[in-house]
Amino acid sequence: MGPPELLDRKLLFVTGKGGVGKSTVAASLALLAAERGKRTLVCEVDAKGNLADFFETGPTRFEEREILPGLFAMSMDTEASLKQYLSLQLKLPLVARVGPLARMFDFVATAAPGVKEIVTVGKLAWEVRERHYDLVVVDASPTGHIVGQLAAPQAINELVQVGLVRQQTGWMLDILGDPMLTGLVIVSTPEEMPVNETIELSARIGVETNVDLAAIVVNRVLPELFGRGEEEVFERLDRPEVTAALDEAVHGDVEPVIQAAHLAVTLRRTRAEHLEHLRASVDPSIPMLYVPYLFVRSHGLRSTRQVAEALSAELGY
Amino acid sequence: MAAAKATRGTARPPSAPPRPRPKGAEGRAGSIEQLLAAKEIVISCGSGGVGKTTTAAAAAAMAAVRLGGRVLVLTVDPAKRLANALGLEGFGNTETRVPDAAFEAAGVTPRGELWAAMLDTKQSWDNLVVRHAPDRDTARRILENPLYQNISGKFVQSHEYIAMERLYEIHLEGHYDLLVVDTPPTRNALDFLEAPERMADFFSSRFLRMLTVPYRSRLVNLASKPFYQVADRILGSQFLEDIAEFFILFQTMNAGFVERAEAVTRLLHDKRTTFMVVSTLEAAPLHEAEFFIDVLGDKGFSLGAVVLNKVLPGYLHGEQAARVAERLCQDAPALAALLDDAAGDRSQVERVLMEIGENFRNYQVVAQREAEQRAELAAAPEVVATVPYFDTDIYDLSGLLKLAESIWS
Repeated sequence: MGPPELLDRKLLFVTGKGGVGKSTVAASLALLAAERGKRTLVCEVDAKGNLADFFETGPTRFEEREILPGLFAMSMDTEASLKQYLSLQLKLPLVARVGPLARMFDFVATAAPGVKEIVTVGKLAWEVRERHYDLVVVDASPTGHIVGQLAAPQAINELVQVGLVRQQTGWMLDILGDPMLTGLVIVSTPEEMPVNETIELSARIGVETNVDLAAIVVNRVLPELFGRGEEEVFERLDRPEVTAALDEAVHGDVEPVIQAAHLAVTLRRTRAEHLEHLRASVDPSIPMLYVPYLFVRSHGLRSTRQVAEALSAELGY
Repeated sequence: MAAAKATRGTARPPSAPPRPRPKGAEGRAGSIEQLLAAKEIVISCGSGGVGKTTTAAAAAAMAAVRLGGRVLVLTVDPAKRLANALGLEGFGNTETRVPDAAFEAAGVTPRGELWAAMLDTKQSWDNLVVRHAPDRDTARRILENPLYQNISGKFVQSHEYIAMERLYEIHLEGHYDLLVVDTPPTRNALDFLEAPERMADFFSSRFLRMLTVPYRSRLVNLASKPFYQVADRILGSQFLEDIAEFFILFQTMNAGFVERAEAVTRLLHDKRTTFMVVSTLEAAPLHEAEFFIDVLGDKGFSLGAVVLNKVLPGYLHGEQAARVAERLCQDAPALAALLDDAAGDRSQVERVLMEIGENFRNYQVVAQREAEQRAELAAAPEVVATVPYFDTDIYDLSGLLKLAESIWS
């Protein structure tokens, strides 16, 4: 049996190079899932604190909050997560009274790689295990850090031989490694560096983690400006005698409009080359979803919804 | 350049500066050119994907061409294309000189030399351990420790710290007149500014002592008992012991590390060091840039310039052009008829006129959004330079120099 459809998984980590629209895509996937009737949690892992902007809602906190019908949002706080974990799962009664816990945690987490990551991943996997939501969408670390984040349970499993953490990593690994449950979504744009990072990550993810690459979302794909044969027509329009006639007819200078068209054509061409390179370099069985460049003014809920609509069409809904 | 090469430490020789400095360079710089001429270290920062590596390389290349001297660009994660653009097959932790042939191909004769190096975190950490360990045996034991191998790339913002540490090292060696440094993409703009301080704090930490002492003496004092109870239950005592052993080894380097981290911090604050914040006019990177500018100010670092990258061309702003675009859309049938097959099939001409009109209006929306973003860039630094949106990627040195030209003066 092949992997399930993207939104039928239970846990989606969304990553991407900085600036490609990783958070927009995470927010849009969550919105789409919620609109399709799934009880959805969207979690922001990097405390940039701007997930809320994509929904035009107040700041998100560690405690989940329903921001739209069926859509819950939270931001990760490793310390709060550890406390919750200790009290809920380990039933450690001391917790409330352990004064320096926060500082201790900070120190150990600083010293020992993977502790913060496992507390983060652990909380999210736990929400899945407890079936609190139909889908958990994670606005995860950027491409440079995602492998460390997803490989943390495995790394800890190898480093820590005994103790409660060791006992806990087993079930996390089961959830993360099950493609029916968990998937990684890489967001890219058709530009050089994002494409290179996407190719590199898609090769590493299978080797260094047990998480399944569920999809690649290519964001900001520029539309083709001209249809078949129209570029030749445009070139004939862009001749002095023709533009002069147009100038006169519209009582203005058409030159900026012509230049903007040239700009659109070259940008599109450069990007198409990067896109081609991406397609040729990743496993063809990985679904690729294309989101068009949005010529819009705002970055709020309206554009989140537009991206969600584009993804919806790409997913065949 | 022999004089410059012989310079050790942070001081320049009092005699004959290696390259001329423009007038007024002692004060605040008025252009990127003046900034690069007046400073010894320029740190390029900004959120990922805004082109700060390319901008750093372009600025360094132009400095080598126009200002002369020995210029080093230290980058974190260069695209292969950047290495190629510099005429190099690739470059690593050691500094590599960009061949004159690359400049010749770009049609220029540089007054100085351009060097490039890439930051290799693991290698730099290993070097640091070897330098600070009390003896070779301790160094070897640290390097072989499995925890170190797992940790060296990851802990205490090690990437950010090592970038600044390497910068310090190179500056101390005094081989270069100008260092242009690209910074790792940080989750938080503060990370690499604070990394040296945090490194120092970390090594003087009470918790580090708590963690390591009992495993030496096996005497757990009362104060640290609850700490161990919790720590043991969570992590298991074996792991704690592994950590402890590692840090006992690591602590032998404590004094050197703390001193060094403090020196790095001083260098970042030095008036010969300045920061160049790079951003695009998209909301998220600009938001981060603004935050970064504030932090630099609050912490007393020098903000030298703001470079706005990939800015759409000015012709997209015209109101008149907008009206023309609208006319093209609305009156396309009439205009196509007017042109009377001068450009081809009438219905095709009609469609093309509508498409280019619509296209202009689309791009104008984005250009206006950018303009608003730019206006919101509240903190007005001395130098704001704008890089136009280049149609194609930069594949060679002349491309880099073209970019630099757009921000130079």
